Amino acid sequence: MPKPAEYEFFVDSSRCIGCQACLQACAECDTHKGISLIQLDFIDRSVSTQTAPVVCMHCNSPTCAEVCPADAIKRTEDGIVQTALKPRCIACNNCVLACPFGVPKMNTGMNMMMKCNMCYDRTSVGLKPMCASVCPSQALYYGTREEIEALRPRSRPVNSFQFGRQIITTKVNMMVPLEEPLNFVKMARAMYDAPPAQDMTDDPLLANMYTE
Amino acid sequence: MPKEVTRALAWSLAITLGLAVLIVLGSRNLAHFDAALVAYTASTLFATFGIVYRYTMWLQRPPTAMYWRRGWQTFLQPRRLPRNLLNWAPLIVENILVHRFIFRRSRLRGVTHLLLLWGGIIGIGITFPLVFGWLHFEIVPGDLHMYQSYVFGFPTFTFDVESLIAFLIFHGLVWSALLIMAGTMLAMRRRMREEGAAALQHFAEDFLPLIILFSTALTGIMLTVSHSWLRGYAYDFIAILHAITIIGAFIYLPFGKFFHIFQRPAQIGVKYYKRVGEEGEAACCRRCGAPFSSRLHIEDLIQTEKALGYHYEMPDSPVEHYQWICPPCRRAMFTLAQGAVWREHRGGSRRTTAGYKPATPKYANPAVGEGPLGKEDAENFHA
Repeated sequence: MPKPAEYEFFVDSSRCIGCQACLQACAECDTHKGISLIQLDFIDRSVSTQTAPVVCMHCNSPTCAEVCPADAIKRTEDGIVQTALKPRCIACNNCVLACPFGVPKMNTGMNMMMKCNMCYDRTSVGLKPMCASVCPSQALYYGTREEIEALRPRSRPVNSFQFGRQIITTKVNMMVPLEEPLNFVKMARAMYDAPPAQDMTDDPLLANMYTE
Repeated sequence: MPKEVTRALAWSLAITLGLAVLIVLGSRNLAHFDAALVAYTASTLFATFGIVYRYTMWLQRPPTAMYWRRGWQTFLQPRRLPRNLLNWAPLIVENILVHRFIFRRSRLRGVTHLLLLWGGIIGIGITFPLVFGWLHFEIVPGDLHMYQSYVFGFPTFTFDVESLIAFLIFHGLVWSALLIMAGTMLAMRRRMREEGAAALQHFAEDFLPLIILFSTALTGIMLTVSHSWLRGYAYDFIAILHAITIIGAFIYLPFGKFFHIFQRPAQIGVKYYKRVGEEGEAACCRRCGAPFSSRLHIEDLIQTEKALGYHYEMPDSPVEHYQWICPPCRRAMFTLAQGAVWREHRGGSRRTTAGYKPATPKYANPAVGEGPLGKEDAENFHA
């Protein structure tokens, strides 16, 4: 059985069918009981069914932690960026506004930020995070490199992303085409585009039939 | 030596010396200073040095420096100062003295922390003035039943040694110890039973402070038990044991979890800052156009990120800086970017999307995702 360190998280948003199982499962996590922290948005429901699932990407140099005035966000040795330390977080909202992926949530009443910690109670002992364990379309997948390579022979994981002039490397991967010669994904490349579903080849479900 | 360290050392030396001077003054040239407590005084001075050093280093981090500066600026603005002064006391009471926000996390957590907080406030409020010689009692001349209390060498109130008030005052540390013991036991119980806590807690950060608090309270209570009911059995030994635990607590103060006591008041500054932000101009997302925060906050954050060495500038785009995109749009852009990579790869036709105006992404299930979260998240990001 692989060790916890050999497991990785792979996000393949185009496979997301918006079933919201991840939202429900996330609330079951013991470290934030009853509160769902995964982000799942309809990009533009008037034109597309495409939903955008976002878990914490666990950046190598987490902007949320750097901009925290209270020093409340810590990255553990295994590369997991933990949610805010409760005694320290002063609910200033810096992390919510600074995260390039838009992950943290602010709980104003409790005076603290809360964010995905990749189900640390589970992943630190070799179990899958709640969201990945229930995702029926494997838009959120947690496993070894060998497993994902076998499952998606035409894809490969990328974990570098460009925001303006900044490149951020993360622990969580995004699946891109195998032969595509890119070292990082430019996040603003399609920012003004309409979400897929404008025609056959753009339909997120049909498109997957002839990609992965 | 780096500039930040020099500054921190200067401040910590100055404050520590200042406290030493106050000890000499308050105890009237050490006339009322209890020599038995000299080790306490030394460890307090050490703790003061450590706390001020860490605090000054902390304040010099770019995001903290920004909030510190802005917090005071917004507080002291002449136009707002009267209202800020009026708000100050209720804010302190609500956020610090009864900390309602912890009760919102869970009632048990709220009660636990309230016991620890008030046990600590009473304990510190009594211990420090006694240790520094700032508080002492004398018998009123001619009346053996009356005590006169002196604060900083000045006579204050008198009370009967047999009265209830005397009983409450002389056992002040007992009440404090009982509160602390109840609080630490509740905290320890939660830490031993909750699976979520088990995954995240560390011995040094989470258990050690509880052990320190509990041992100070327990040894303190043992002193009372010894002299009240056991005719002073092992009193000297317990006194030394108690001193060791107290000194340990003082020395731990600047390093571990207790440092949040000094950081926490910053949340009051945040409240003022947010209020000013809400009254000012809003920051509108440069993708969907929706307001998502205050312009003040975004501009400050851009500066903070620059100071930290991040380069989120987008010079070739009308967006200018990645900070001007709202968090829901950032999340959508993740999926849109992945879609674009695949679309380019597989080719195929696409109906023109010219003229498409991006909408604000909507949270898929507000009932689940946001239900328990505060209005700020809902208003700012999923309106």
